[in-house]
Amino acid sequence: MATVTRPVATAPENVWATRPPRSLWGDAWRQFRRHRMAMAGLFVFLTLIVASLLGPYLYTVNPNKVDILVAFQGPSADHPFGTDDVGRDVLARALLGGRVSIAVGIAAMLVSIVVGAFIGAMSGYFGKADGPLMRLTDMFLALPPLPLLMLIIFLFRDPLRAALGPVAGIFILVVGVIGLLTWMPVARLVRAAFLTLKQRDFVTAARSVGVADRRLIFAHILPNALSPVLVAATLGVGAAIITESALSFLGLGFPPDEPTWGRLLFDAQSYIDFSPHLAIFPGLLIFLAVISINYIGDGLRDALDPRKTG
Amino acid sequence: MGRYILRRLLISIPTLLVISAVLFTILALAPGDPMSQFALNPEVPPEVRERVKASLGLDQPLHIRYAKWIGGIVTGDFGFSFATRGPVTDLIVQRLPNTLLVLGIAYTVSVLIAIPIGIISAVKRYSLFDYGATTLAFIGISVPTFFTGLLLIIIFAVKLKWFPFLYDSRVVVSDLNTLGQQIRQSIMPITVLTLFNAAQLTRYVRAEMLENLPQDYVRTARAKGLHERPVIARHVLRNSLIPVVTLIALGVPTIFTGAIITEQIFAIPGIGHLLVKSIFNTDTPVVLAITFLFAALVVFFNLVADVLYAVLDPRIRYS
Repeated sequence: MATVTRPVATAPENVWATRPPRSLWGDAWRQFRRHRMAMAGLFVFLTLIVASLLGPYLYTVNPNKVDILVAFQGPSADHPFGTDDVGRDVLARALLGGRVSIAVGIAAMLVSIVVGAFIGAMSGYFGKADGPLMRLTDMFLALPPLPLLMLIIFLFRDPLRAALGPVAGIFILVVGVIGLLTWMPVARLVRAAFLTLKQRDFVTAARSVGVADRRLIFAHILPNALSPVLVAATLGVGAAIITESALSFLGLGFPPDEPTWGRLLFDAQSYIDFSPHLAIFPGLLIFLAVISINYIGDGLRDALDPRKTG
Repeated sequence: MGRYILRRLLISIPTLLVISAVLFTILALAPGDPMSQFALNPEVPPEVRERVKASLGLDQPLHIRYAKWIGGIVTGDFGFSFATRGPVTDLIVQRLPNTLLVLGIAYTVSVLIAIPIGIISAVKRYSLFDYGATTLAFIGISVPTFFTGLLLIIIFAVKLKWFPFLYDSRVVVSDLNTLGQQIRQSIMPITVLTLFNAAQLTRYVRAEMLENLPQDYVRTARAKGLHERPVIARHVLRNSLIPVVTLIALGVPTIFTGAIITEQIFAIPGIGHLLVKSIFNTDTPVVLAITFLFAALVVFFNLVADVLYAVLDPRIRYS
């Protein structure tokens, strides 16, 4: 009898040996690669990141060099994006500005994800906390984000600037406030995932062997609730970049010598009738960053959707 | 139903109270002193400063000020502006028509554009039209309104000179000439807001239609011999519009926020413009009033959305 069962037992072993196991993230990546626009978005966004990180080293024109003689020049071989009101090179400033804009986008998204995931997890895991935390979420959802952001930044920027320096102070303020005003959708997503996941057998099993609440939440349940969060996080980066640009555009963002994309647009406004290139290039960069992020989010949503198999 | 609305209304009162308290505390705790203009001016003696402070009610403790403020709001009194010394309510009422005109038209037009495009896009899925519409909608939600605004100015005001650069609020519509002027100067701000909203709504309408199209009841409608047109218009569309209507309601506060930026670009003297100006002037009563109004809009339209949902969808039980 043993000789009969033996080949049956070895056959799958051979299959496993030639084909590595497929993981959830591997499947998702395979699915993601099929989404052409998402791949294009990933490429564009990575290019923007690399350009703003390495660009200032490769394109060595000094972004702060004032040269009145070449002020308000349109795009040329010397200055691909043209020059601004005091003759500074717009490309060099836009590359530098990309660092701040993208960094704000990513950092603000991280704050909102961490806060949202924490509140959502607490709310979904501990029945007692659910009511009050969801009330809190509803209340935050009723706060008007842009007016409040403008208000808080206007009121608190001077003391923070004095305490932490002009750039670090504003950075922490902008990132913190955007994060703290945008965590609510993430909290709702995580809470919903926790409510279903905590009834599953693997949670009961882990609990029965004595796993503590904290480990259960962070090591067992949270990783399984990550896919909707990942999509929200991606889209959150784009939204945060727009918000920061809008604030800078209203004159409430970074100091003038720190050229974020929104700040460049704000400065361009005054000269728009005769130097439109000052507005077009930074605006296009914001648009490129946001649309590429939105396409990545779209691709991730399709790739992580369990209903869609391919 | 009546009881449901009443209960929802009663729930929104504590929400608004908490929000107002939060806003009030932020402004009160802020290091930026509304008296800073006086503080910086050495010509103003300290006792005068104290008297001005007392006349504005700023010498009282926080909770008393809050209670007075809330008491005033109930009667429609938002206090007095630090900058103009006039009642805040008057300032807002003065600015409101400009904002409402632009927002109202923009929102209506975007709904009128988005619904048909969303429907056709979903019915003819994967067609050239669908491809174009979804791509345009995707671009629409990704271009920030301040960039659209600047682009429109560059193209239509600077290059083509079709429309005036900035909004002139002194135009009073009295004859055909001024009417034309008013229309010409309103087109760009309305377009900016319309494009963004229409893009967003198109995506919702299309998604809802696609959700409903493969449903069993649609197959039943077709199986009983109904033509495609009534199947779409009377069955699929009506069911798809239920969530869309609530989303339209929920979008109203968002478009008010969008107005802040549009009004800033085109210098329209509306509420958003007033808010930005007042923030820079540390005109606390005006800022408080407008932010609170925005929050009240959110709460109110959440309520409207919930009630609409309950009215339109008999499956929702409002108990």
